[in-house]
Amino acid sequence: MDSKPTTVAKSVAFTHPESLKRPAGPSEFAQHPVNVALTKEEKIALYTKMVRIRHFEQRCIRTYQQGKIGGFLHLYVGQEAVAAGTISLLGKNDHVITGYRDHGHGLMVGMSMNECMAELTGKITGCSQGKGGSMHYFAPDKNYWGGHGIVGGQAPLGTGLAYALKYRGLKGCCLTYMGDGAVNQGAVHEAYNLAALWDLPVIFVIENNGYSMGTSQERSSAHPGCLAKRAEGYGIAWDVINGHDVYEVRAKTSEAVKRAHEKSKPTVLEIFTYRYFGHSMADPDKTYRDKEEIKTYRETKDPVFLFEKELLLAKVLTKDLVESINQAAMEEADAAAAFADESPDPTVADITKHIYWEEDNRGPQTTSRGTIIFE
Amino acid sequence: MPVISYREALRAAMREELKRDENVVIMGEEVAQFNGAYKVTEGLLKEFGPKRIVDTPISEAGFIGLGIGASMLGIRPVMELMFWSFSYVAFDQIVNNAGNIRYMSGGLIHCPIVIRGPANGGTNVGATHSHTPEAILASHPGIKVVCPATPYDAKGLLKAAIRDNDPVYVMENTILYNDKGEVPDEDYIVPIGVADIKREGSDLTIVAHGRAVITSLKAAEILEKEHGVSVEVVDLRSIRPLDEETILASVRKTHRALLVEENKPFCGVDAQVAYLIQARAFDDLDAPIGRVSSIDAPQIYCKRMEDLQLPHPARVVEAALKVLA
Repeated sequence: MDSKPTTVAKSVAFTHPESLKRPAGPSEFAQHPVNVALTKEEKIALYTKMVRIRHFEQRCIRTYQQGKIGGFLHLYVGQEAVAAGTISLLGKNDHVITGYRDHGHGLMVGMSMNECMAELTGKITGCSQGKGGSMHYFAPDKNYWGGHGIVGGQAPLGTGLAYALKYRGLKGCCLTYMGDGAVNQGAVHEAYNLAALWDLPVIFVIENNGYSMGTSQERSSAHPGCLAKRAEGYGIAWDVINGHDVYEVRAKTSEAVKRAHEKSKPTVLEIFTYRYFGHSMADPDKTYRDKEEIKTYRETKDPVFLFEKELLLAKVLTKDLVESINQAAMEEADAAAAFADESPDPTVADITKHIYWEEDNRGPQTTSRGTIIFE
Repeated sequence: MPVISYREALRAAMREELKRDENVVIMGEEVAQFNGAYKVTEGLLKEFGPKRIVDTPISEAGFIGLGIGASMLGIRPVMELMFWSFSYVAFDQIVNNAGNIRYMSGGLIHCPIVIRGPANGGTNVGATHSHTPEAILASHPGIKVVCPATPYDAKGLLKAAIRDNDPVYVMENTILYNDKGEVPDEDYIVPIGVADIKREGSDLTIVAHGRAVITSLKAAEILEKEHGVSVEVVDLRSIRPLDEETILASVRKTHRALLVEENKPFCGVDAQVAYLIQARAFDDLDAPIGRVSSIDAPQIYCKRMEDLQLPHPARVVEAALKVLA
């Protein structure tokens, strides 16, 4: 049979719309009121949280390589300033929901490394008792609603959380995170439309790390370069943010939070960030991007290192303090790995628990009977 | 007792629950200003206002997902799908999000959402608008599915669904909307997962749900009048949970079973019911289990043929006589 060779789209390396190199000197957003308002202790705490995310994730790599973590493991290393900057602004009626790269957000809302690590190894002491795994962290007591595995599927849920806040008359918002790959999903556009139509206090945060799995933005998204701008089609306010600068993330996100709280209006934020490891641990990361690109980002724009430098210059941190914070985070992550190791598995009987509320809460109020779990 | 239509019974259920619980919200395409594509929600906007009765854009994945998110924070959305056939564009939300969130969170979150609307063929609208997805959805642990056949059950099951703390999918039938029956004015629920003997008999058990119950009752009349056969009709009412004991008790009494449903045969609800009967009442059976379902093809448009594609009394009678032979 006479056949023509199939045309394969040329692999185009992703480049952020701004230069890969960050200008030297302190963040131009250090003097923004939300950052000026931070006490020395709060700045140290913010830095500490970013360091904890990094060391937790790096400890996960070891645990994964030891064969103790199954399924998919999507790491947040490189993206720390996004979760840290945005979530550090939230109050008691503000909520968080994200996709499958959810560890950083979990640690930021206050989940413990122990419950997070034990979930990864499928133990009963995990946040979801070993039923969710890496992609499905939940902590509703901390306003954290997951942890969702299907790209973009959480966007309508976050919009619904915002709807519930408005319905109840609460002054709050829902930060609804997604990756750059999610912006092409229909559910995201449907969520945008509803959020704008009904003036819902939802903030869609596109964590743009440049690659939807192994497909660069140029190969996945029409009119790349500014995914947030798609919000204009819905009359939603939008902004772009350098995700390596936690002060910039806080400054610009605070405007969106204000818009949600005071006007009950949505915002789309696109935060340029970068992941140092593959899409997941199953991605050998050898085919779609240049090692040099990772190296350049790490050396010039690492969000943890830049914030550390900023705080050292401002004499908020000292070298000794940096070392002790890092040391403590590493020890905490090691202890979490040990905790996960020592924790028991769920039992066979646990497989059929937590399917229905009524099954777990038997009482006179039940609305159903009959066989609900089948043999 | 007042006699009202199936449609009015559904509306009464929503009105009573809207009054009882301020967290109940009715949402869907054309439910408010248009008064409902099938007039089920007629008058509710006028009575309860636009905060409680909400028109949505044609955006099932968006608004169903929104309802699921809102339910996690304690809102009790009753979402209308103009047709259950449209659920397919919202499948990720309906199955993955609503159905799994309780499990994947280790019981930390629950999702008290109701999705309701018609799921039936027989209306001359072609294959895309004639799906009956109760078997597909009930095959997912975490989800409850009910299919009321009468006005009484429609009101009682919908009220139970709204009070339930898990996702309950209520599959109605446009052909039944005008059917009338006795429905109490006062508050009552029909517990989810309890079957109902719609007709008592001793020679044959017919198990059915939804409109197939009405078809089976008509067939039972014919069987009695023309063939002297006493037929018991078990209305499942709920697919998941399933009232296995009522099915088994009836089969143990009559020793013969015929299963009737409007689904296509492959992997239908009755495949599960047939398995149940052979597994737990094998020795009680005097004949192989019989089955009537829709003819296995996408729903045909031609009205004359569609009426024959769906189970109808003559086909049920014929199948019953085979089981009785």
